[in-house]
Amino acid sequence: MLGLQGDVEEHLSATQTALSRLGREGEPTLVKSVEDVRRVSALIVPGGESTVMGGLSSVKGIIPALRERISGGLPTLGTCAGMIVLARKAPDRVVGETNQIVLGALDISVERNSFGRQRESFEAELRLELPGGERFRGVFIRAPAVKSMGPGVKELARLGEKVVAVQQGRIVGTAFHPELSESTLVHEYLIKLATGQPERA
Amino acid sequence: MISLAGEPKTAAVTAHARGQETTGTTTVKRGFAHMLKHGVVMDVTTVEQAQIAEEAGAVSVMVLDKLPYDIRQQGGVARTASLRVIEEILDHVTIPVMAKCRIGHSYEAKVLQETGVDMIDESEVLTPADEERFIWKWDFTTPFVSGCKDLGEALRRITEGASMIRTKGEPGTGNVAEAVKHVRILNKEVRGVRGTYESGDTQELLRLSRELKVPFELVEETGRLGRLPVVNFAAGGIATPADAALMMTLGCDGVFVGSGVFKAEDPRERARSIVVAVTYHDDPKVVAEAQKMIDERKSMMGTTDSLRMQERGVNV
Repeated sequence: MLGLQGDVEEHLSATQTALSRLGREGEPTLVKSVEDVRRVSALIVPGGESTVMGGLSSVKGIIPALRERISGGLPTLGTCAGMIVLARKAPDRVVGETNQIVLGALDISVERNSFGRQRESFEAELRLELPGGERFRGVFIRAPAVKSMGPGVKELARLGEKVVAVQQGRIVGTAFHPELSESTLVHEYLIKLATGQPERA
Repeated sequence: MISLAGEPKTAAVTAHARGQETTGTTTVKRGFAHMLKHGVVMDVTTVEQAQIAEEAGAVSVMVLDKLPYDIRQQGGVARTASLRVIEEILDHVTIPVMAKCRIGHSYEAKVLQETGVDMIDESEVLTPADEERFIWKWDFTTPFVSGCKDLGEALRRITEGASMIRTKGEPGTGNVAEAVKHVRILNKEVRGVRGTYESGDTQELLRLSRELKVPFELVEETGRLGRLPVVNFAAGGIATPADAALMMTLGCDGVFVGSGVFKAEDPRERARSIVVAVTYHDDPKVVAEAQKMIDERKSMMGTTDSLRMQERGVNV
């Protein structure tokens, strides 16, 4: 778990639940330094504020280490702000282009606050192209959406016209918050990617 | 998972179906507060201040007409901020924007909801508008944060629909002592409830719920979780990185900084240093680096005047 800002504990507990549902061993841990980045076998970039996480990642200089590990095939999940941090570009719906720090690991352009402000935040049933994802209740909070994606990126879910979940190799990005849902299938999928047994839907 | 404890049957009425999408659910409202965790919410009065806060890494800004320190100095009635200023800030920052309304003033809250703020603070910093009631916050799609001095106040505000809690502290003083006191009281009471829950003494939990004047379900959930069922921030008197780190080590999920940033003479450095201190509160080396970014001679003067904002609002 990238532990700089956001709903880190919710991801810790979802991962713990996913591990026990899969009957796997594993120790969810916080990532706040370069040494932490080097140690983990999978990474989650949580929900929160992407501008804040981007800015804080420079304090201990973990950005190069994150880029290196993710491009080296580290299974990575980014939810909401986490997906923004992983993206190549992330303009805001109202404010437009900003100079916020993104990792550029996922070949997508993400529109921030794509569905509007908090009063427009919502829950919705999704069809998620992952094992067991036929009916997944997505929690969207000031959520972003994928505006454009490169050729290597696969769409995992869409809501109306908007793409809200993607996968590129071992990187998964969701506009919603699987850590706030009852189902832990997204976390289970990440664990399977990390332990080398992913099955596609 | 988000705890839904305390949700009344009427909460379903305020959730709106929009095609396949449902807005205003308790999960979405409480979930918003979860995204602020390990972050700093900063009080601002202008667009310029909001942009400084955003650049420094604030997780959200809270718009006021006057900073709490100035409210103390100037006296008079303190109301919600100008809607034009709020709208201007909404258009110029990408992070969430909060605004304060007066205790019990449902209509100031409605107006703020129309404006589109992301969270409303029913705040004792402003002059209370109702001596008997707080706002029934379940009626709103926009989530609320409320202040507390102890567990009873926190759970009563959650009963009324607050999606997030903060300590009251003593705003505008630059003195962190009251915030520390309120967090310590809260922690001690939560530990007590946790112990009772673990011992299986349901009757004692029921007695406590009567004593605190809150539903049994909320006391039970607090015992099960060993913490408040919603996100809990520190507020009221935080002025330095070390203040903020102290509040985090006491178990708070994040901090509000009111007058501490923009009543200081070094707001940019101060804002940035407090953000860093909150994230790395478990690493004194980093907090020391943060503390070095600021100069104590530039900290807000602080005040020791006798107005107790924390006593405002009816005590039920």
